[in-house]
Amino acid sequence: MDSMKDFKRESMTNEALQNIINSWFPNSISQTVATEASIETETSATKESVSSNGLEFTEEDSQFLNVTVQPELLHKLMSQLKSNSETQFDYLFCLSGVDWGEELGVVYHLESTTFRHSIVVKVQTKDRENPVFDSVYDIWATADFHEREVFDFFGIKFNNHPNLKRLFLTEDWVGFPLRKDYVDEINMVIK
Amino acid sequence: METSTVNSNFKSEEYFINMGPQHPATHGVLRLLLTIDGEIIKKVEPDLGYIHRSIEKMCERDSYQQIVHLTDRMDYLSSHINNEAVCLTVENALQLEIPDRVKVIRTIIGELTRIASHTLWWGVTGMDIGALTTYFYGFRDREMINDIFEETCGARLTMNYNIPGGLMFDIHPNFVKRTKDFIAHFKTKLPEYDRLLTGNVIFQKRMKGIGLLSKEDAISFGASGPVGRGSGYSCDVRKHHPYSAYDKVKFNEIMKTEGDTFARYQVRVEEMWESMSIIEQLIDNIPEGEHQVATKAVIKLPKGEFYQKVETARGELGVYIISTGTKNPYRLKFRSPGFSNLSLLNHITVGEKIADLVATMATLDLVIPDIDR
Repeated sequence: MDSMKDFKRESMTNEALQNIINSWFPNSISQTVATEASIETETSATKESVSSNGLEFTEEDSQFLNVTVQPELLHKLMSQLKSNSETQFDYLFCLSGVDWGEELGVVYHLESTTFRHSIVVKVQTKDRENPVFDSVYDIWATADFHEREVFDFFGIKFNNHPNLKRLFLTEDWVGFPLRKDYVDEINMVIK
Repeated sequence: METSTVNSNFKSEEYFINMGPQHPATHGVLRLLLTIDGEIIKKVEPDLGYIHRSIEKMCERDSYQQIVHLTDRMDYLSSHINNEAVCLTVENALQLEIPDRVKVIRTIIGELTRIASHTLWWGVTGMDIGALTTYFYGFRDREMINDIFEETCGARLTMNYNIPGGLMFDIHPNFVKRTKDFIAHFKTKLPEYDRLLTGNVIFQKRMKGIGLLSKEDAISFGASGPVGRGSGYSCDVRKHHPYSAYDKVKFNEIMKTEGDTFARYQVRVEEMWESMSIIEQLIDNIPEGEHQVATKAVIKLPKGEFYQKVETARGELGVYIISTGTKNPYRLKFRSPGFSNLSLLNHITVGEKIADLVATMATLDLVIPDIDR
């Protein structure tokens, strides 16, 4: 029994994580896509793989496994990551807004306090006028303040957030300062 | 009976009251909007931003050497550890091999910083509760550490001793002796803290059973540091993701399961013993060698994303750098421990009295510039 328990407590490899996440989204044919791709272009040894369920996995340029997800699948993926007995990502240790230039996005850093494995979930949208994602406040309570901070600095809205208003800046502040196209003639930060 | 008629007609009414931004118990410019019914708290809504400087935006303009000068203005009581976090991120991204001497000195000063922060916290916690003597005891002992810092790098609080690649200077010839003197001194003084405050019946009655935080909620709210460990949540970054010389030393992760303000208080006091133990293991064994490795005058990180977490006196500080390969970060995010610890304040104080809020807030050990950034 004890050895079983120890085995259970082991963290999952990035490959195992990728497989289990793909299995949650049944219209996935990512594995066949991956093999076909590797046959066609044997030389391109990129770790990137795109599946038809819209999930994009990569370990390039990062110490974590990165998953990019379509906004409409975000909440479903997140609640699975938290509640699934094999992943148990119960600790959202960082939630950051990012302005990628064309897209606006949010990056979620997750860790499991049971298994101590980590994953990064990314979501982005090209809609700069009215960017909206689902809130993950109901999954991790820490998202309450973090999402308000992202709304304050990037203008990204979160569906079902209980109290979405500016956190640091005053209510009448115009614009979203951490966007790359933000201009403020008075409080010049970027030269 | 006329009085009973009056009593049955007497309605309780909810109203708002401002606590802060200049309230002594908020230890900085934090405004809490309290909804109260009599003395019972119905809701606590923090209003932030009074000391917001947008350090993250400024970092997008600065070089990696300059960023280090901003981070010690976040949590100014853990300035050395904040700077270390940025330096570690840059060093890992550049895959620099850091000399063991640097790692050991960083760890010793990091633990001295922790003791200095905890002594100050202990002093002001007593003061918040109404015991002014603790304030002078705490500041007396912290002064010795500040003197060591001043001799080492010239600054007492916002020190810039770390640079990407190592340390700005080597340690002062007196450093080892003065640190040992401090440890010998503090070993006789820390039991006094317990005799004066920890064992005090009035103090215990004020602290026990209020501000209850369960382990599940601690994880969900992203609590870290002594706040998480007071709820039985093992969250010490030094144990789970060791950096610098923490993989070479033996120390216990102090944990309590009660989850109340007194548990968080005990965790901090006992952590000071562990910090002293870590320093004692290292102080006689500082390896010889260089105190820095050469870096280019203009540091350019490779393209990619880098994350580093460290354990400050308040909990887990995360540095998330997105680099496009230029001399400035494309985006830099600080995940500060105080921000997440503040977010659970409403959750643990609803239904309690205003005086309990002061005690609970004292054991969250909030530093406002760390929250506002």
